[in-house]
Amino acid sequence: MALLDVKDLSVEFDTKDGTVHAVSGVDFSLDKGDTLAIVGESGSGKSQTVFSIMGLLANNGRASGSVTYNGQEILNQPDKQLNRIRAEEIAMIFQDPMTSLNPYVRISDQLAEVLMVHKGMSKKAALAESLAMLEAVKIPDAKNRLNMYPHECSGGMRQRIMIAMALLCRPKLLIADEPTTALDVTVQAQIMTLLDEIQKEFGTAIILITHDLGVVADFCRDTMVMYGGRVMEYAPTVEIFDAPTHPYTRGLLQAIPRLDIETEQLNAIPGNPPNMMSDMTGCPFCPRCGFARERCSVELPELVQASPTVKRACHRPVDELVTEEAPA
Amino acid sequence: MSEPILDVKNLKVHFDIRPSGAMPWTKSRKLKAVDGVDFKLFPGETLGIVGESGCGKSTLARAVIRMIPAADGTVVMFGRDVLGMGKRELQDVRKSFQMIFQDPLASLNPRMTIGEIIAEPLLTHFPKTPKAEAQARVREMMEKVGLLPNLVNRYPHEFSGGQCQRIGIARALVLRPKLIICDEPVSALDVSIQAQVVNLLKDLQAEMGLSLIFIAHDLSVVKHISDRVMVLYLGRAAEVAPAAEIYANPRHPYTQALISAVPIPDPHRTQEPELLAGDLPSPLDPPSGCVFRTRCRKAQAHCAEVRPELEGPEEGHQVACHYPD
Repeated sequence: MALLDVKDLSVEFDTKDGTVHAVSGVDFSLDKGDTLAIVGESGSGKSQTVFSIMGLLANNGRASGSVTYNGQEILNQPDKQLNRIRAEEIAMIFQDPMTSLNPYVRISDQLAEVLMVHKGMSKKAALAESLAMLEAVKIPDAKNRLNMYPHECSGGMRQRIMIAMALLCRPKLLIADEPTTALDVTVQAQIMTLLDEIQKEFGTAIILITHDLGVVADFCRDTMVMYGGRVMEYAPTVEIFDAPTHPYTRGLLQAIPRLDIETEQLNAIPGNPPNMMSDMTGCPFCPRCGFARERCSVELPELVQASPTVKRACHRPVDELVTEEAPA
Repeated sequence: MSEPILDVKNLKVHFDIRPSGAMPWTKSRKLKAVDGVDFKLFPGETLGIVGESGCGKSTLARAVIRMIPAADGTVVMFGRDVLGMGKRELQDVRKSFQMIFQDPLASLNPRMTIGEIIAEPLLTHFPKTPKAEAQARVREMMEKVGLLPNLVNRYPHEFSGGQCQRIGIARALVLRPKLIICDEPVSALDVSIQAQVVNLLKDLQAEMGLSLIFIAHDLSVVKHISDRVMVLYLGRAAEVAPAAEIYANPRHPYTQALISAVPIPDPHRTQEPELLAGDLPSPLDPPSGCVFRTRCRKAQAHCAEVRPELEGPEEGHQVACHYPD
């Protein structure tokens, strides 16, 4: 049985301008110790996917489908039941380390609270455990840090504290929502190295949400590419980078300037991101896709097993085009 | 090489910081945001300025065009001393350079139409421009940046981030400036849109013979667009060199760490990033001597005593380090 199994997950938001289909029919599963990257541009639904899993959707959001954790349904469950899973089994690291910590509460109290509520520890034991965890995430002079307020720490330090907080109950699954987007590259390298070590040491499964393909390549075993609220391609990271077959994945990889390769002109993807308000018929990427045919605009491509390891939603995948057009 | 259009020497920008809860007689402390930076910019050239947050890259650019006052140094633009000139003369020089900002939506006035926004610099500097001519210029600029001219009466909120950045670029181009300062122009954009804007800037530069100062924290983007790159650390230039040279052959230990920290989208790469120890020191209390010495793997006693200056051939590879590679 998979650790986390997501089936046909959809998220909608009611707004006064209409319904926004943020996520439509997302399927994925994660085993113990797996690392999965969810990649996509802003508005592709990657954050809302995990927010719905954690029961953190805004009030006007509705989630449907099924999410099971160790066989137990957790989607749309009451808070009381979710709180037994949140932090203890599944923990989350948020994007903005500046705003996710309570500015009025000392770091010691923020960390200890987690253990006192979830594990019923005494304050003293909780503080000792918090200190050990701060040391585990390599915060120098952790003892003094404990007595500080969040504003006294730098961005990288705050993100380490967030990671320590998420790990306090030794969760089996860690969800990191753009954990390094707000940080500088040198700090990003420190944090990603830390996450990598934690993953290996504790065997934690990690879902990493990011728009940075460079981070994904270094870190995750599997990659799921999202666009317009749908999964475009879901495959082992190595295959996605070596031979991307979905036109969107390919476009995304070609659009980034690279330090290791000389390019004169970047291959930009023309057009603009889709409007999530409108009811889409057909492939959401169709208006910007260079390979699109008439069928793409009317018929929604299903996510199918394209090869033993690759799942893909596309009528005109690049590998078939090559074989199809090569003889001509 | 021809005359530089911009020659900055020993530029310093200091901010007075008063600690919170300070008594009226407490002396304020000096935050040296930019502390003695020299650079030259030649016609048609793109100078990339990289560094982490708080290193002074935006402050440097703003001080060069006198959006904020400089504490010391000289800025000579088109052969005229910018820092010493009077208000009227400054207004005149400002016709020949423009700025593009980071947040595409926030830098456009939400109550003005796209047409009004793009025409504004023109009408500010040349109030007597006939209406028809201004309109024609606006349409021409919109076409140049890839916006449909029939969108001229729309408002900024109707556009996506990438389109807003195109509007910002059109506004910067309408006066046909010689120099554009781009302060993180693509940082807020998604990768697929970022590529569009970077390509657009590159094309426009070739077409109109612009000189660009391109500020960014993304080293890959800077490498792609720049002819020369300056690396800043805590208000000081660590290294200045031609783009290809600095990435292939970084000599300053900070530049080396910075470049190795950039994640490469290649799952087969095995090279581990070189991790810098600790945090950025507070700019209120920078280390003595070389500002990078507290995190440098090659630091010696000498580094704490003597501040290294940029050394090397003026248009070649310059590095501010006592023990460069």
